[in-house]
This record gives sequence, C-alpha cells and structure tokens, in this order.
Amino acid sequence: MNDKDLRVGSIKDGTVIDHIDAGSALKVVQILGIDENIEDIVSIAMNVPSAKTKTKDIVKVEDRELASDEVDKIALIAPEGTINIIRNYEVIEKNKVNLPKFIKEVVRCPNRNCISNTDEPIKSEFQVINKNPVKLRCVYCERAIEQNVSEHIK
Amino acid sequence: MKFSGSDVISMQEFSKEGVFEVLSHAQRIKEEGPRVDLSGLVLANLFFEPSTRTKLSFETAMKRLGGEVISIDSVRASSIKKGETLADTVRVIEGYADGLVLRHPKEGAAKMAARFVDCPVINAGDGSNEHPTQTLTDLYTIWREKGRIDGLNIAVMGDLKYGRTVHSLVIPLSMFDVNLFLISPPQLEIRSEILNDIKRNKADIHKSSFIESLIGDIDILYATRIQEERFADPNEYEKVSGSYKIDKKLLNGAKKDLILMHPLPRVDEINPEVDQLDAACYFEQSANGVTIRMALLEMILGGVLDE
Repeated sequence: MNDKDLRVGSIKDGTVIDHIDAGSALKVVQILGIDENIEDIVSIAMNVPSAKTKTKDIVKVEDRELASDEVDKIALIAPEGTINIIRNYEVIEKNKVNLPKFIKEVVRCPNRNCISNTDEPIKSEFQVINKNPVKLRCVYCERAIEQNVSEHIK
Repeated sequence: MKFSGSDVISMQEFSKEGVFEVLSHAQRIKEEGPRVDLSGLVLANLFFEPSTRTKLSFETAMKRLGGEVISIDSVRASSIKKGETLADTVRVIEGYADGLVLRHPKEGAAKMAARFVDCPVINAGDGSNEHPTQTLTDLYTIWREKGRIDGLNIAVMGDLKYGRTVHSLVIPLSMFDVNLFLISPPQLEIRSEILNDIKRNKADIHKSSFIESLIGDIDILYATRIQEERFADPNEYEKVSGSYKIDKKLLNGAKKDLILMHPLPRVDEINPEVDQLDAACYFEQSANGVTIRMALLEMILGGVLDE
C-alpha cells in the first residue's frame, strides 16, 4: 500500500462525507460527535484536490451508516457536502446534505443573556432562516447568526 | 387568533387582526365593564426583575375581574436564591395557579417557561427582548387617541437597542401603513435582525439621530428611557444618557394634536413642564395598561371571544 492509497483508499462499509469546504473537516467530526470514545475507524482527509472547488475535505466513517438527521447538521458548515453510504465498496446511496428547519444543541447562542446560555434544562435551538449562506435565529432570544456560523458551534 | 388558554410571549405571534381583537375587547371593557367573572381563578405574578406598573396593573386587572393573585417579587426571598432553575419554579407554581405572568432578566425566559407548563404564560418582559402587553397597551392608546393607526407618522425615540418595549412595539407598527421614524444615538440603534424583520412589512421605515427636524411632521412621539441597567460599562451609559430632552420649546414646533407617549419610568427625557400640555399622554397610557390586561385575562383565562 503506497502513500496515495493511504490518503484516498476506499472503505468497504460505512459513510463518506465528501465535498466539505477545505479546512472544515474537524468541525464536521465535532458536529458528528466523533471523539476519543468512538470505536469506528474514522479517516479525515484535508485539502484534497477537487475538480469543483480546487480543494476539499473528506471524512470517512467505517462500519457505520450515518442517519440523515445526524448528517444534516453538517450543512451548517458544508452546505455543498455529499453523503455516500458504502456497502461492500459500492456507493449504494448518495445524498446532498439538507439543513433541517431547526438545529438543536449544536450551536451556542451568541447572546450571553439568552436563557439557553444558563443552567436551565434546555438545549440551544435555532431556526434556519437561510440555507446558503447559513443564517440562524435563536428560538429563545430571537438573536440572529448571519455569518461565521462555525464560530458558534459548541 | 385563538386566545383561550394561549400564551402571550412575543408580538411576532400577533396578526394585525389579532391585535385589533384585543384592542376592541379592551374598548368594550372600558365602555361596558368586564364580561366574565374570574373568581376562583389564581394568577401568579412571577417578577424576577423590579416592576411597578406591569406588576400592579396585572394585579389590579385580575382583582377587578374577581380573581386572586399570588406573587414572587424578590429573587432573594425565593428558591431561585437557593439555585432552583426557572424551569422548576414555573412547574411548581403551575400547581398553584391558573396562569403565570413572568418577568425575567434573561432573554427567552418566557418562551422557555411556556414549554415547561401547560397553563398560559404571559411575558411581562424578558431582558431586553420583548414586552408584548406593554405594546398592546401602547397600540390601544394610539388607537383611542387617534381613532386609527394607519396613516400616522410615528417616531420611536431613545434606547432602541436595549428597549424591550421598543422591540415589541415596532413589530406590529410595521404591519400598518405608517411612517415609522426610529430615532436614537448611533450606539443605541435598533438591532439589525429586528430592522430586517420590520423592513419586510408595510410601513416606511426611516432612521435618524435627531428629533428636531422631524417634530413638525410627527403624530405620535414615543419616547423611551435610556436604561442604565442594560449597560455593562457605566462609561458607555454616560456617553448616551441625556441624549434627548423633550420640553415645551421642542414641542412648540410640533403638530397641535401630537401625542407624546412613554412607557415609564422616565428619568430626564421628558421635562415635567410638559405634563400639563394636551400632548402629554403617558399617564393615560399607563392607566390603559389595566384595561388591556383585563382584556387579555378575560380572553386567555375566561375564554371570552372564543365561544
């Protein structure tokens, strides 16, 4: 196996998240809740050459087919992302990420005085008011996040 | 709009027709007295920030309808001091009362509270976010004084950034065919998301830092206090405090039938010499708060208009 294979090698079963904006792969991993406790094999490729966008990031999660509600949140930072479900080296399903109408938990409200930034037993919740570029609005305090959404991801 | 058993959290929830349902019902109460007897019902006034007008006007409204009121009006004396969450507090009080009126320093508090209880929650001010029952009082005052809202030139002046009465008021005003003048120091301009919301509606929106050149065209001048308690930095407050002074000299240039409103309390933005002028409407506006809250309580707790 040479270096090239190591970087772009196919996976047998699992999920490949492709067309992530270059430099955003680690945020994607964070949104997916992938941390040191995960047992699946995860490969992260950053700044990979891309015909469409010059460079892109790719995340591959082996032996795990991610559900759409898990991956849709990725559209927060990768609106052009695609999700490929792989079985026995074949792409059996290919979908674009689709930002849901409401985003729970993933984003922190920028308003320090918002009730969602307290010890109350609630999760942060934002209404998606625009998909690309992503614009969000806190359902509690009505404050908007109109740019740099990735800076507000928990 | 459905009012019976409903929450009142934000003016965003009100259609123009919904606003007029409340105003018309308030007018009916003013002319004919209450329509329902709320005896046997208990309203809980939960005030985690200081209040005089809102708290007492809700209390008066409920008592005039025959109901009872229980209150929390000091964080120090409540379980909040012991670290209880608001979510727990409202679930406990729901066991004692038929409706909750909530004032809280955190923005979105009323929205959250409403998600934890089944009884109606009325937002009596959440931080610098909204104060919808003050807005209904303000709209009722404009409607009573002018007989209409459409066609008016309305100036809202003062702290447009932190003023919750302003945030709630401009939302419904923008649904009318009005010229809406937003007058503030540059540091206290209205937040962009609210401005974007109201720009999508019917009203013509104009921003300015000065009132002097506009005063001759205005039908309603709605002044607000620059609120020291909303500033993290006292130096920033000092820079803008006293930005506007409404006195006889300014009002000499106004229309003869100008109406001057203020949600009160005032500090120094309205000179007391103005109180005797026909334009001064803020004490009537304050009294209207009881009528509007009676109307809301009849509609929410008494089911009036939904039969």
